[in-house]
Amino acid sequence: MSVQTRPGTAEARPPAPPGSPAAPGAIRAARRESRSRRWRRDRILLAFMVPGLLYFAIFHYGALFGSVLAFLDYVPFLGLTGSRWIGLENFQRLFGDGDFWHAALNTVEISLLQLVFYFPAPLALALLLHSLTRTRIKRFVQSAVYLPHFISWVIVVALFQQMLGASGVLNGFLADNGLHTVHILGNPDAFKPMLVAQVIWKDTGWGTIIFLAALAQVDEQMYEAAAIDGAGPWRRFWHVTLPALRPVIVLLLVLRLGEILSVGFEQILLQRDAVGARAAEIIDTFVYFRGIQGGDFGFAAAAGLFKGLVGVVLVYAANKISHRLGESGVYR
Amino acid sequence: MTGLSRSRARRRPPVRPAWQERPHPLTSGAKAVAVVVVLVLVFVPFLVVVSTSLADPADVVANGGWVLWPEHPSFAAYAEILSGGVVGRATLVSVGVTLVGTACSLGATVLLAYALSRPGVFGGKPVMLLVLFTFLFPPGMIPAYLVVKQLGLLDSYGALIAPVLVNTFNLVVMRGFFQSLPSELYEAARLDGASEWSMLWRITIPLSRAVLAVIGLFYAVSYWNSWFNAMIYIDTPTKWPLQLVLRTYVLAGGQLADPSSGEAGLMSAPQTVQMAVVVLATIPIVLVYPFLQRYFVKGVLSGAIKS
Repeated sequence: MSVQTRPGTAEARPPAPPGSPAAPGAIRAARRESRSRRWRRDRILLAFMVPGLLYFAIFHYGALFGSVLAFLDYVPFLGLTGSRWIGLENFQRLFGDGDFWHAALNTVEISLLQLVFYFPAPLALALLLHSLTRTRIKRFVQSAVYLPHFISWVIVVALFQQMLGASGVLNGFLADNGLHTVHILGNPDAFKPMLVAQVIWKDTGWGTIIFLAALAQVDEQMYEAAAIDGAGPWRRFWHVTLPALRPVIVLLLVLRLGEILSVGFEQILLQRDAVGARAAEIIDTFVYFRGIQGGDFGFAAAAGLFKGLVGVVLVYAANKISHRLGESGVYR
Repeated sequence: MTGLSRSRARRRPPVRPAWQERPHPLTSGAKAVAVVVVLVLVFVPFLVVVSTSLADPADVVANGGWVLWPEHPSFAAYAEILSGGVVGRATLVSVGVTLVGTACSLGATVLLAYALSRPGVFGGKPVMLLVLFTFLFPPGMIPAYLVVKQLGLLDSYGALIAPVLVNTFNLVVMRGFFQSLPSELYEAARLDGASEWSMLWRITIPLSRAVLAVIGLFYAVSYWNSWFNAMIYIDTPTKWPLQLVLRTYVLAGGQLADPSSGEAGLMSAPQTVQMAVVVLATIPIVLVYPFLQRYFVKGVLSGAIKS
């Protein structure tokens, strides 16, 4: 640990207070001394940190500490300290709860559907956008497809109702042409594909950004060299474009795997009542209805904690896998 | 006509590199069709909602709940929702929370990001690790709720801002950007006796306008769009933001009927009024979007790629 690592700051600093240089050999004392000097030197910066640090301390670490209530028979009146410690009882109850496993199954099912049908969509759209040669058209299409990302889920669901609902545009069009109307919204069987369609509409465009950035970094000369060697468009795609995108794809897959138990909480909560819990309950909505609505705080916190721990394990595993594949993953 | 298009074609710079073969007309055609389909899918829902909100209620009913184009356009639906009542008040709440929240969030984020961007700052490394850890393990919904309750923030506007004050991603991006500024500037300022405060104001902030604009707008959009925190933390309906009102009256009153809530009010409002609320809740996003769009690719990506 160096004493003055910040460049260009040593000479202009106020001189150290008297008595600070320690006797030779007293390394530990010197280090303590330098720490207090750095503390004094940086006190304004430390003051800058205060609002942000308070936020993280209270709303992240305070809440993390509050997760102990998963091990309590939590009674709001008694609080965290007054409630009885019951060990793993909440978890036992959780793992014996058929509704929880059903919610977990729904969650994983929706995640997998998104992985298969949503995940490739931004890649495909990015390739299409990248292949547009006229800059102005490309810019315009890009701006257009990014927009839905910034629209709230409440509005997205309202838009989908207006388009696909019983009295929506699609059914109006079908009825006008003497065709059968379709029952999409409010139909439990169509619910999961519907969710994926909404995610595709909202986030495909935004998802292209990272792929477009990767595509823009490919050296043009690689394409040129491949073309001179006689590679057609398909071979250039296979041997130049795809290898360039590989790290990004692996990175996004790792992140997605860690998030496998989180699928669009707001999106699903908004539409759950229309199709019922059987089709629409996911872990997050289960936590919400049992905890905040039902008041079974310890039990719901246990479900949330379980989800969080599984997420950490999955990120760790996915990261290991990406290292095996020779990619850097999220962290080393 | 042909002369014009030919001259325009001549002026267009050669965009295709020499090594690339001319695409097959079928390929070009398929690409054009794909682009048009994508644009239609993005814009038609907005068009239908705006048209329906502007249409004559009788036309909307006659057409079964929607119109593609308002034949007798009127602003009656907008006059109705803006003349006060639930939607007018909710709009004020949303505007207030968005303005105050964005200012607080941006302030806290800039200060923390600046302090963490200075090399060798006291406690910088452990603080950064603590911040990054929140990516891996976000707090659960129940403990977060109890923290807000414990702080006595329930049913106050503070509950809509404090629990989402700093976004970790925004913080990391901003710190990355601050770190990329040339350190010579700070050294020179330091030699002139500048304090950290004046360095932040005179060097960092003027050089980071793009990233500040993007992150400020990210915060503003997320405050404007949020409804879940209001739903669980705010009991008094007069303090509800617009998105929660929209959710309760338009979604729950439409197809997604929620029998347990039993709210009246806009539930029976005509489709035109409901769609006017949807448009009202979308307009600010569409208005700030061009500014956001100009900056975000360079601002956000430069930071995100580094981190």
